Amino acid sequence: MNESQPDTREEQPTSVDREGLIAALRPLLPEDALLIDEEDLRPYECDGLSAYRRMPLLVALPDHIDQVRAILRQCYELNVPVVARGAGTGLSGGALPLEQGVLLSLAKFKDILEIDPHRRIARVQPGVRNLAISQAADQYGLYYAPDPSSQIACTIGGNVAENSGGVHCLKYGLTVHNIQKLRIVTIEGELLDIGGEGLDAAGYDLLALMTGSEGMLGVIVEVTVKLLPKPDRAQVLLAAFDDVVKAGAAVGNIISAGIIPAGLEMMDKLAIQAAEDFVHAGYPLDAEAILLCELDGTNEEVSEHIYQVREILRQSGATEVRTARDEAERMTFWKGRKAAFPAVGRLSPDYYCMDGTIPRKRLPEVLRAMADMSKEYDLPVANVFHAGDGNLHPLILYDANKEGELERTEEFGGRILELCVQVGGTITGEHGVGMEKINQMCVQFNPLELTQFHAIKEAFDPRGLLNPGKAVPTLHRCAEFGAMHVHHGELPFPELERF
Amino acid sequence: MQEQDISVSLQEHVQEAMASHIPLRVQGNGTKDFLGRPSQGERLDISEHQGIINYEPTELVITARTGTPLKDIEKILSDYQQMTPFEPPYFGANATLGGTIACNLSGPWRPYAGAARDFVLGTRLLNGKGDIMNFGGEVMKNVAGYDVSRLMAGAMGTLGVMLEVSIKVLPKPEQETTLIMHGPSGRAALDLMHSWARLPHPVSATAYHDEQLYVRLSGTPDSVRVARELIGGEEQDEDFTRQFWQSIKNHQHDFFSSTDPLWRLSVASDTRPMQLVGNWLYEWGGAQRWLSSTESAETIRKAAAEAGGHATLYRNGAQGDELFHPLAPGLMRIHQQLKKAFDPKGILNPGRMYKEL
Repeated sequence: MNESQPDTREEQPTSVDREGLIAALRPLLPEDALLIDEEDLRPYECDGLSAYRRMPLLVALPDHIDQVRAILRQCYELNVPVVARGAGTGLSGGALPLEQGVLLSLAKFKDILEIDPHRRIARVQPGVRNLAISQAADQYGLYYAPDPSSQIACTIGGNVAENSGGVHCLKYGLTVHNIQKLRIVTIEGELLDIGGEGLDAAGYDLLALMTGSEGMLGVIVEVTVKLLPKPDRAQVLLAAFDDVVKAGAAVGNIISAGIIPAGLEMMDKLAIQAAEDFVHAGYPLDAEAILLCELDGTNEEVSEHIYQVREILRQSGATEVRTARDEAERMTFWKGRKAAFPAVGRLSPDYYCMDGTIPRKRLPEVLRAMADMSKEYDLPVANVFHAGDGNLHPLILYDANKEGELERTEEFGGRILELCVQVGGTITGEHGVGMEKINQMCVQFNPLELTQFHAIKEAFDPRGLLNPGKAVPTLHRCAEFGAMHVHHGELPFPELERF
Repeated sequence: MQEQDISVSLQEHVQEAMASHIPLRVQGNGTKDFLGRPSQGERLDISEHQGIINYEPTELVITARTGTPLKDIEKILSDYQQMTPFEPPYFGANATLGGTIACNLSGPWRPYAGAARDFVLGTRLLNGKGDIMNFGGEVMKNVAGYDVSRLMAGAMGTLGVMLEVSIKVLPKPEQETTLIMHGPSGRAALDLMHSWARLPHPVSATAYHDEQLYVRLSGTPDSVRVARELIGGEEQDEDFTRQFWQSIKNHQHDFFSSTDPLWRLSVASDTRPMQLVGNWLYEWGGAQRWLSSTESAETIRKAAAEAGGHATLYRNGAQGDELFHPLAPGLMRIHQQLKKAFDPKGILNPGRMYKEL
């Protein structure tokens, strides 16, 4: 996407005395750990959602917890907002900086502090990359299960902040299911341990509350993750269908048979063609949809399940079912799916990746409605789908250089998310709300619920200095958004006072 | 089960209580009254709020009103060959879904499948102001807003009254068996439990008591067979498997009949056998340890904290004892602020967890 300005005017803090702030932070950090020159700040102007850009006031790069504490304490005293950032791979603008705020990079916290194969845990700093944990655990036959598509680059701190998923969530869960302990620093500079070395902790489940809180409640400075034994074997099946509805039904049939695949991915025709053109995975080009079904576990379990799943797929009307003959073919089957986003990217100058979740049984009507909207907006849409857990990733193809096309794309995307809510799903399955979906939060939640969210934030951050303006919209914003988006003559919040 | 939606009257009750500062004792059928500090106040009765609202076996989700008996939920799941993988303890025949989730109670499968909180997908919640709100939903992946539904698991009704809960369910294993190893020391038993957990065996429960190590395997027939051969031990029949793990889960095993204070220690799983005098039963691969002991609370809590965990006085405590592990001051402050965020007048189960909440 090209550049556009996120609408955040109501959350922008009043101006900060930049020179005073620099003078206050200088003594807390090594010489080169405070960036203030424009050329140094530039790389931090956006995260993985590059459509939204904004220069930070300055960037702090601490490498010690005490420095993080001191910076936060100072910002708290001076009333300066802080945005924490890991690798900046997030897709919802959660790490978008503030012109009048400090961008706190945790990139220097990249040590794996401990791997305990006996207890199956790894204690790591927040800047450690997701994949690096599995690589380090590999020598013990263990791995870290959540595998977001950005796992080569994204950091575990960011994963916790976003509650990242991946393609294996149905069986192995999200980040929240795979962590055991966090060390966080509050905006007041206090260091807190949340969770523990056991499987639960006394008091409220703050571990769940912190996970996915998008940097709004505290800054994560250490993470203890759970590791799993690597399965003996993983095997993948590819099934082609002449109808997406049949493919959707096949997913339900597999689960009804009592089998939980490690991964269950669906791609529609446009996505199949794009992937095939790009990486030549051998996908059937005449199919309306394909399913990739990965089974893992012990040798015996996989053998039993492969046989059953193959039968179920045939009975569900698959026109073709292939089983990867070896590891090389398994990787080839996956290659097309994993390359789906860049592959679709080759079809058009720009694409916009959406992330909604729906109850799987509503898939046919959602796909139909999306196809109708695609015509209405005159923008093609390709679909890749974590079918096992109902997480849709529609990719809208557009050209930012064409007048008005970006705006049409954003509106189309917004309507897809609203559709997800309408059928009982959610506006974000794994990418987070950040800046991108802040308006759709007004569709998902009513003012009472949003007020409750604000009260939770206040319990951790009474001055509203941590990542302000993200993830939870103000009621004012929702009133304005509602006024702009009147669907079927119904205001989303008829009871709300209009400003 | 009498299907009935009484959320409006529950809401009115909370609103009135808030207006007149009357503390409420949130209760289903009272099967968990023994757990936690006694709470004073008018009874807010959830037990009539019953009914399964939605069950989609192919979507692996069930949504029910919180007064629904747990046995009704497990019955319908069983009809479709599904189950709640966290294997909730009942502690009484009429346990409700709401009480189970509010106490975050999980059984033998917990270390391998997850806790009650891990399976919570969404909730319809009544906070202390009498607002009815929805958080989460019926889908597996949902990161919109803070995870309020999981926060409710284990909050014991002090933050809000859950009206409905959606939980993820899973297929029942095709086959289960239990093996017993006779005679290992506590240390050897812990080592064995850890060595099994490092391999992709279908281990679904472990327990150690009185020099007997019990392990349950759950999975496909072939995977259970192969693991059984690798692990060894004396195989038990189906009845034993069902009854033994039920008796551990629901505290009906002889171990739990003592009248001495019963402590639950949640610690690092590989903690060496602890030097506390009393009778022990280990579960959860060593991560949950039951101790029947007359040692002082201070001694037990210190030992649990040194093992990276916490200790709860579960049963047979004396009047006025603190039951839950004290929180660090910084954490307690956040707890108090959260309590205020959900229940500004402090009317929901005041003092049930901690006197400060």
